Amino acid sequence: MKTFMAGAAGAALLLGASVAVVAQDKPTDPQIAHIAYSAGVIDIAAAKLALSKTKNKDVAEFAKSMRDDHEAVNAQALALVKKLNVTPQDNPTSQSLSKDAEKQRAELAKLDGAAFDKAYVAHEVAYHKQVNGALEKLLIPSASNADLKALLQTGLKLFQGHQLHAENVAAGLK
Amino acid sequence: MTTRALNRRRLLLSGAAVLAGVVVARASNDTVHVSIDKLSFTPAEVKAKVGATIEWVNTDRIAHSVTVKSGWELVIQPGQTATHVVAAGDGVDYYCRFHPNMRGRIVIVA
Repeated sequence: MKTFMAGAAGAALLLGASVAVVAQDKPTDPQIAHIAYSAGVIDIAAAKLALSKTKNKDVAEFAKSMRDDHEAVNAQALALVKKLNVTPQDNPTSQSLSKDAEKQRAELAKLDGAAFDKAYVAHEVAYHKQVNGALEKLLIPSASNADLKALLQTGLKLFQGHQLHAENVAAGLK
Repeated sequence: MTTRALNRRRLLLSGAAVLAGVVVARASNDTVHVSIDKLSFTPAEVKAKVGATIEWVNTDRIAHSVTVKSGWELVIQPGQTATHVVAAGDGVDYYCRFHPNMRGRIVIVA
């Protein structure tokens, strides 16, 4: 239990959540799977919000790409945990991520037009930076199963691509 | 040289080109294949003559594009294939607009 809490708290720190505990141990594979899946669900929800609000072609295309890509990766993740007979384990990091994301989505939902577009894309740049940092520094090094590690590595490459795409869209909005 | 020896030589040459990470279209009506798998264009660089066809096969489960900055673009849905006939001036670098860390290059050969 101690190992589980410390590892999950470490992930929460890397993901920018306000958890004042120093990481001592690594998260387990079931926790990593849950964190990665939750991170995808969060971005899908943000993309759906953007698609319901934006009138900007580039922002809409970006949001569609986020929705479709993260849905595809999460489907692969579900297939993998089923194959490995692993049950993703809810943990403080996943909970903290989801709670923070809900707050941020509520803030975004109050905006409209160009203000929304700018805030959504800036959020996407920051969010992918955080997730990529966590994947590189904690989740990938901590993963024990080779298939899970490989999926996370492909995920990192995909999310780095998303970050660049978001930065390009942000530059076009200025 | 016998036909068999010629075929063997061609096979060895094409094998060497693949090992070098470069695919060369040998005639103007040849097709050069580029696979898109796990967010990579493979091979990353292709050499082709004007008039050759380049075919990209997207085996990923997500959409990609072949985008030339200030130029042409192909959007390739998951599991789909797209082609481009090489024109003069197509010696270009390209990237995926949805994942700009994916990059490739077309080199025109005479």
